[in-house]
This record gives sequence, C-alpha cells and structure tokens, in this order.
Amino acid sequence: MTTTTQTARDGENRARKRLGTELSFWGFVTPAMAGLVLFMAIPMVWGFLLSLSRAQNTIHFGHFIGVRNYTDLLTDPEFLNSLWTIFVFTLFIVPTTFVFSLWLAIAVHNIPRGKAFFRTVFFIPTAVSYAAASLIARMSFYSGQSNGFANHIIGLFGLAPIQWIGTASPPWYWLVLVSVRLWLQVGFYMIIFLAALQQIPRSLYEAAALDGASGGFTVFRYITLPQLRAATVSVLLLNLIAAFQAFDEFYNILGGSGSSSGNIGLARPPLVYIYNVALSSQDFGRGAAGGFIITFIIVAFTLAQSRLFGFGSAKEGR
Amino acid sequence: MNSQEKTYLPNSRTRRDIIKTFTFACGALLSGCASSDYVNGKLVLTQWYHQYGEKGTFQAVHRYAREYTKVNPHILIKVVWIPGDYGTKLATALLTPDGPDVFENQLSQAMVEAGQVAPLDDLFTPADLADFNARDTALNSVNGKIYAIKMIDDMGLLYYRKSQFKAAGIQPPTTMAELLNAAKMLTTSSRKGLYLGNDGGISALLNVLPWSANTDFLVDNRIVFNNPRTVTSYQALVQLNRSGTLLMGAPTDWWDPSAFTQGAAAMQWCGLWAYPAIYKAVQDDLGAVIWPALDAAGSPVTFLGGWSAMVNANRPHVEEAKRFLQWQWIQNRKIQLDWCVGYGFHVPPRHSLAVSTPKLQQPVPAYAVEMLSKYGKALPPLWSSSMTSDLTSSLTNIVKLGHPADQEIASAASSCRRELRRELE
Repeated sequence: MTTTTQTARDGENRARKRLGTELSFWGFVTPAMAGLVLFMAIPMVWGFLLSLSRAQNTIHFGHFIGVRNYTDLLTDPEFLNSLWTIFVFTLFIVPTTFVFSLWLAIAVHNIPRGKAFFRTVFFIPTAVSYAAASLIARMSFYSGQSNGFANHIIGLFGLAPIQWIGTASPPWYWLVLVSVRLWLQVGFYMIIFLAALQQIPRSLYEAAALDGASGGFTVFRYITLPQLRAATVSVLLLNLIAAFQAFDEFYNILGGSGSSSGNIGLARPPLVYIYNVALSSQDFGRGAAGGFIITFIIVAFTLAQSRLFGFGSAKEGR
Repeated sequence: MNSQEKTYLPNSRTRRDIIKTFTFACGALLSGCASSDYVNGKLVLTQWYHQYGEKGTFQAVHRYAREYTKVNPHILIKVVWIPGDYGTKLATALLTPDGPDVFENQLSQAMVEAGQVAPLDDLFTPADLADFNARDTALNSVNGKIYAIKMIDDMGLLYYRKSQFKAAGIQPPTTMAELLNAAKMLTTSSRKGLYLGNDGGISALLNVLPWSANTDFLVDNRIVFNNPRTVTSYQALVQLNRSGTLLMGAPTDWWDPSAFTQGAAAMQWCGLWAYPAIYKAVQDDLGAVIWPALDAAGSPVTFLGGWSAMVNANRPHVEEAKRFLQWQWIQNRKIQLDWCVGYGFHVPPRHSLAVSTPKLQQPVPAYAVEMLSKYGKALPPLWSSSMTSDLTSSLTNIVKLGHPADQEIASAASSCRRELRRELE
C-alpha cells in the first residue's frame, strides 16, 4: 500500500517535471514562433504569391499570370537602370566606408588620452535617422542657394555657389549621398573594428618588434590586418547589405514633394523604384516581384563575398 | 490509476487555459484595432483630405463636418487631414477594411476596376449634371458611370510683374522663344528670370509642354505622344535649363508662390490657387498668362487639375456616405463657393457658381477662368501614375543627362504601351 503510493507519487512528480519543462519550452518558444510566422513566414509566402499575380490596387493574389511580373521588371529599362545605380553606389560606398572606419578605429585606438570621448563622438551620428540627416543635408548643408553651408564655405574661397542636388553634370548629388551615408555609418563600423583591435594580443606586436619588423605599415600589413580578418568580413558583409537596401537618403534628398517628383530620376535605387511601383502605382504584384529580385541579388552577392573571403569555411575554425 | 488521472487534470487544464488565454488575447488585440462605426448612437463617417496649404482650410473642413451633423443629427463626420504623401497613404488605406468612408483624390480607372469606389450617378439630378463642367464629369467617369464629384478645378498660370516687363521693354510671352527671351532679359545677378520648380520644370511641365505643341498623350485608348512635336517641346525645356535663367534650389517647390513673391525669380509657373497670396504681395503690378504656345503651330495651354470627392465602396455605410457627399458637393452651394474662393483660388466646377462669384471677376482670375475653359487640358482616367513615372524618367534623362529626346520618348512610349496593355487586359 505504502509502496504503491510512493511509486505513484514518484511517477506523479516525474510527470509533473516533464510537463513543467514542456510547458516552459512552449511558453518561451510560442511567442517568438508566432511572431516569426505572423510577420515573416506569412508575408513572405503571401508576397511570393502576389509576385506571380496581377495585383493592381489590391493585395489579394489569385489572378495568376506566371512569371510575367518578373519578366516585365527585367525588361524595364528603368528597373535595370536602378540596379545599375545601386551597383555603382555599392562599389563606391563599401570600400570608402571600410577605409574610413578602419582608419578612424586605428586613430582612436592609438590616441593616448580621451579614447572614450572620441569613440563616443564618432559613434553618435549612428543614432541620427537617415531621414533627419537627409533633410539637414538637403535644406541646410548642401542647399543650392548661396547661403547654404557648403556654398558659404566655398564662397570664402571666391567660388560661385554650386547646385549640389539638382544638376547631373557634374553629378554633385553623389557627393551629397555618399557623404550623408559615410557620416551616419562610419562610426558604427569603427566600433566593430575598435573591438577587434582590442582583441589583438600585445605579445604579437612585441614579438614582431623583436623579429625586427620596423615601420608602422609593415606591422599593420602583417599583424593588424590579418588579425582583423573576422571583423573585416563582417563589416564588408553588413555594409554591402545596407548599401543594396539604400532608400532613405535617396528618397529624402532627391525626392520631390506634393505633385513634384523632384530629382529622383537622377539616381533611383531599386527600393525607391519598388516603392513607387507598389505604393504610388499600386501594382503590388510587380512590387513583390521586385522585392524578390533584390533579395536574390543580395543573397548572391553575400554568398560570393563569403566565398571570396573564405568566411565559414573549414579553415575559419582554426 | 485514478489518482494519476486526477493529478493530470489540473495540469492539462492549465495548458489548455494558456492556449485559450493566448488565442483570446490575440483575438482581443486584433478586434481592438477595428474601430466601432457608432459613437453615442451616432454613425461615424470618416472623411480624408490632403493637407491644403492655405490658411483657414483646416478650420473650414471641420466646420463643414459640423454643419452636416446639425442637419443630420444621427451622423458624425470625422475629418482626417493628411500631411505629406497623401496619395500613397490613401491608396494603402483603401486596401484595408478600415479605410475612409469618403475621400478626395483624382479618379483612375484602376481604382474603379479594383472596386474601390462606388458609382455616384444617382446623386445628380439632370439639372445638376448640366451645371457641372462637362469635361470634369467626363474625366470622373469610367465606362459611362460617374465615380467622383469634382470639388475644385485647378489650373496653372505664369505669374510676372508688369513693371519689370515694362522696364525690360518686353510683352507677355506668347511663344516659347519669347518666354526664353523674357527669362534672359529679366535675369540679373541677384534674381533669376524664371522658376519652374527645383527639378527645372520636369514635373510641372511634363504634360504642359507637349500640349503646347498641340500633341497629346493618351487618346482613344492609344499612346500618341511618340512624335516629333513632343520631341521639340521637350528640347525647348533643355534649352531653358541650359540658359542659366532658371531658379534652382529654392526652399519651396513650384506650387508654392514664395520664390516669386520674395523676388528670387521674376516669373514663376504656379497655380491659380496661389493667387490670393501673390496678389497680397504684388497688388496691381501682377500679371499672368497661361503657358505660351511652343511655336506658330502650337497653342497656349494650361492644365485642368483639381480634386474630386469619392465614396469608398468597401465600407459598410456606402449609402450614408453618398448622401453626405451629395449634400456637401452637389447641394450645398455655400460650402462649394467657400471652398473654391474662400482660401486659395480655384475655379468652381459648377458653371452657375463660376460666373456668379465676384472674387473671380478680378482681372487675373477672370482671365484664368476664361483660359481654363478655352485651353484647359487633362489626362484621361486611363492614364496611370506608372505612365507618369515612365515619362518623367525619360524627361529627366533628356534634360539632366542630355540623352537624345527622340530615343527617350520612344522608350517611354513603349513602356506606356505595355502599361496600357496591362490595364486594358
């Protein structure tokens, strides 16, 4: 009798424990899973079905037209032009950001005093929104009028005011777009490099000095840079993805207001193109197809880059 | 056995309870988003406007809403005033079940085909229909049914100061060549001759220029702008942009009169809507013409624009919404007149109102009303915003990048034809 009760109680406890684990498992996992399904999986599948449908002024799929949205986009000179635009932008912004942020990180790393101060100062622009920074650039810094900040500065050297945003030759608007992005993102990548720089053991530099490695560049080339490999790859990858997704500064600096389309025709990145197709022209089928094309391109470039740097290969583990 | 079952029960109940609570919470969350149609027993209809720039407009639309509740105590009009990108916000809201009941917009065939707007033919008596500008009604109809009520007619005007023209010894321009000459004569070191917007007139004159060359865009379901006249008219804009006479980089765009009133430009292409503000600054020195003819074979022109009121067909109270719009934009002449000339200036779409308004008898507005009826041009509802976007890209390439105009226009025409085929399918 006693034994039976004991066994029953043991079983009860074990069952209760198992149930407790199971419950907490589902308790923790369900909200995250529900979020993923609700906000990622369903929209992705929905978006894919939309991209195969004619969905004009509606987000209901059903009027299937095969891959016509895709072929329409890939034969549209405007869309191809936007891909070219973002390709050139990426080609320029990724190495520039890399060089500037690494240079800043090394400079901040090596100053004897006030490291925390400079680190903070260079990082702060990361907290500024692209929309706000774009408006500052457009309306005050690079304003085309003679009282704009940039024009005031060049005026001190006796130069005539420049139309920074509205003219195509010379294409000064690229300077505006690039400098806004550099201003906002260099600090962030600098922090990544700074963290990696602090990880490099001092002994490596001491050993190099003993072996007679002289000159800052030799040490940088053979010790610092190889030690920063992991940080370099992540900076390049994040930077590449961010560049392909550029929207805010193009839309806010070049875009128009009210019934004016502004100067966006000068440099329309694919996301602005897709935004116009989906939200202005209300063609959600083509918009969704554009989204999938961009995703595909980003994934392809990311994989190619990882391959190039051997990221995630067997060698990485050692 | 029994005791085990008993001990399991509370636990499984707990699990079921968790799931139940979770689904209930989700349901509550979702239903919380939907708004109730009634407040204190009154039916609430939501009405959307884009943000009008003129002082007093915001108060006016709220006053109209209150007036309707006075005559219809069981209905409350909730006005939503939308700053920024109105078109995108409206289009997105119309995709959801919680969109506005009534709204203002420009009618497109795509909206009708997607079933977003309700037909309004039964709101007009034959006398009303005869009084409304026939072209407005045609532009607000698709396949013979009326889907929108014109609230205001807008048009463009080229503003100038008579004294400056006199000092320079020039007459108001009647051709593109004369306009270019005037812009050159009026450009000084501190003032540009002409303001067409910060994009050099690409958006403002996209349609106006080919119209001034006596050609059109979409006629009888066919794209017709791929011709030498369009090419010549766009090349004229290139010439203007290269002349060094255009104001660029102003704080406001072409639809705002500040550049002209503050003297940054001697002439500005703007709208009749800005007349009260401009007259206040310039007084009787003010002169205005519509856009000059491209050349001897062209014609002076202005655009017929404006806003129309529509009913969202996907809301539960379409009938009540229709009655409200009928009251506001067909029956209530006081409101229509107040809205047309009380703030900015617009031409009333109703003929009887347009001729009876003393405010429109002043020299510039009187000229404008006459020119609009003679030379006003508009695009049909079949013309879509993707077509505008295609054409804008081409004109940008022509003006900003110096691409050959004939090739760019041919390429825009083929894109537009493809859009048109999609629409007509």
